[in-house]
Amino acid sequence: MKKNRVVKPGQLERRENRVGYLFVLPWLIGFVALVAWPMVQSFQFSLNKIKLLPQGMAKLYVGFENYSQIFLTDPDFILGLETYLMETLIAVPVIVAFALIISMLLNQKIVCRGFFRMIFFLPIIIASGPVMQQLADQEAASIPMMNVTMIQQLLDEYLPQVLAMSITSVFNNMITLLWYSGVQILIFLAALQKIDTSLYEAAKMDGGSAWECFWKITLPTIKPMILLNVIYTIITMSNNEQNELIVLIYDTMLSATGGYGYASAMAWLYSIIEAAIVIFFAVLIAGRKDVYERRAKKYRRELKKEKRLEKKIRKRGERHERRYARYKQKQSKKGTTKI
Amino acid sequence: MNDAMHATSKSKAKREQLKYKFKKFIFGSKDTEGAGKLALVYLLLISIGFIYLYPVLYMVSKSFMNLNDLLDTSINWIPSQLYMENYKQAFKSMDFWKTFKDSILIAGIPTLINVVICSIVGYGFARYEFKGKKLMLGLLIFSFILPPQATMMPTYVFYTDIGLINSLKAFVVPALFGQGLKAQIFILIFYNFFRQVPKVLIEAAKIDGAGHFKAFMRIALPSAAPAILVVFLFSIVWYWNEAYLTQLYVVGAFASKTDTYHWSSLIVSLKNFENSYNTARSVPGSGMVDINESIKMAGTMLSILPLLIMYLVLQKQFVESVDRTGITGE
Repeated sequence: MKKNRVVKPGQLERRENRVGYLFVLPWLIGFVALVAWPMVQSFQFSLNKIKLLPQGMAKLYVGFENYSQIFLTDPDFILGLETYLMETLIAVPVIVAFALIISMLLNQKIVCRGFFRMIFFLPIIIASGPVMQQLADQEAASIPMMNVTMIQQLLDEYLPQVLAMSITSVFNNMITLLWYSGVQILIFLAALQKIDTSLYEAAKMDGGSAWECFWKITLPTIKPMILLNVIYTIITMSNNEQNELIVLIYDTMLSATGGYGYASAMAWLYSIIEAAIVIFFAVLIAGRKDVYERRAKKYRRELKKEKRLEKKIRKRGERHERRYARYKQKQSKKGTTKI
Repeated sequence: MNDAMHATSKSKAKREQLKYKFKKFIFGSKDTEGAGKLALVYLLLISIGFIYLYPVLYMVSKSFMNLNDLLDTSINWIPSQLYMENYKQAFKSMDFWKTFKDSILIAGIPTLINVVICSIVGYGFARYEFKGKKLMLGLLIFSFILPPQATMMPTYVFYTDIGLINSLKAFVVPALFGQGLKAQIFILIFYNFFRQVPKVLIEAAKIDGAGHFKAFMRIALPSAAPAILVVFLFSIVWYWNEAYLTQLYVVGAFASKTDTYHWSSLIVSLKNFENSYNTARSVPGSGMVDINESIKMAGTMLSILPLLIMYLVLQKQFVESVDRTGITGE
């Protein structure tokens, strides 16, 4: 007794699409086993004090004590966090703006474009933690012609000390920062090449200057790329092994006093702060409206206003009509009674 | 008098014209680039390019200096002679050939797996519209933003439990499950690329009797050559340069505790260069001098030299394929 099945439209396609699960299955297993589950476990770790014994791990549930210990008794983490925050907040805009400038220079019609590109993409290949460390030790990571002490003195006079210190460190590690912008230049360059040149031609016809073209065509078009680059920069800045906090977490994990539990708490706190920075920049950029969006919003608001006015007028008209009809009725009633 | 006035106005007009021409030459008009502007562009490019190359040049020049050149203040850039001893000693302390071979294996094998798995997963995301796809893509991006430290310790414990630590397996197994080093970016690159492959092509293949996997192998994959090149290059570079995870998982935090093969990579040995140099030097009869800047720079140079050579050979394909793949997701 077979049921008389009704074939719905699109069923075959839906069944075929189920094969997609098969293709993404490896990643899905990997995500659950190597990302989601360790995250949960790491949170559990952070609530325990863990001692490594020859028999295995000995856990002792302590609640949020690890977290409070970080804030109350561990000066290293808080100090590291402070410098990390300041440096990231200053370095990210510097790197992204610099990458944008370089990619715009490289996007022009110039001779030896391939050669210049080769130079600017070089850091992608060789900028790794230990190499940067060696160069920084040799003081090859700062620009020799730049008089940093002068800048430092100037900054010390006019700015609060924390801010002055972080700005000076940006100047001191200028080349390090520039070297971290390799991938960003690449992303910007690819985005710039995708912009339709006829847009610029049309703007030129209408008498737009290069400056206007930049603000009204280039910037709005590559806005998503700016966000992407900012996020990428934050991630690379936070996760490289020159970062003091990363080193601290690594050392704590293997040290006798810290252990896995305490290090997990640190890692969680660090992740939350990093996520907060990402969200901060994302809101700052995505929330920022460019010329067109602003104009469109204004237009929409005006349209709404007009509609409201129209409605108001129509309602008033209807009211008047009704009143008039009632009046007429009254009149006619009066007339009939009189007669 | 009239004549004189005429003459002055004429000369004035001439001067105006000259001024205009000069302005046009420097700033350029609407359709031609001005010389001044071009000069500025080149000046900027060359000066920033020099700053970019400065550490590399510094490294090369320092690595050839002997001790006298280092101390001589009159020698800044060009060493008095081509002094190869630094390289020999760095070579010896790093145990270059073995480390080099290890590095290639550590970077190469996970990279190959990465290319295969990421292309399959990326194709799955691009071609099929299944339930929960949006959510999965969201999770993919989330796992990219998540710092590795948050999952590092449980992962370390987990790997130790199933016996992956201190061997190449610690990199191979995650790569097999699409969780290799920055695999999320590669999946997104393939996803973007395969979305551009016309669906009609795959449907035509289906009509000709190709299954799902065959359509992927025969139609989609061959057209993805630029994407494969980009993923391959980036993956190999990032694996090569990863010191932190390599030391933790593959080389082992507690060195040479196991009796099996002891891995090492060039970048990790650069990280521990000073220590390993001093131990190598303490062996009697090694004939190595005290460590100095030049030897360190020679060691740094050695560890990036293979990548530099690869880049110089492949840079044209690299730059071009970046243009074509749309590495920038939409």
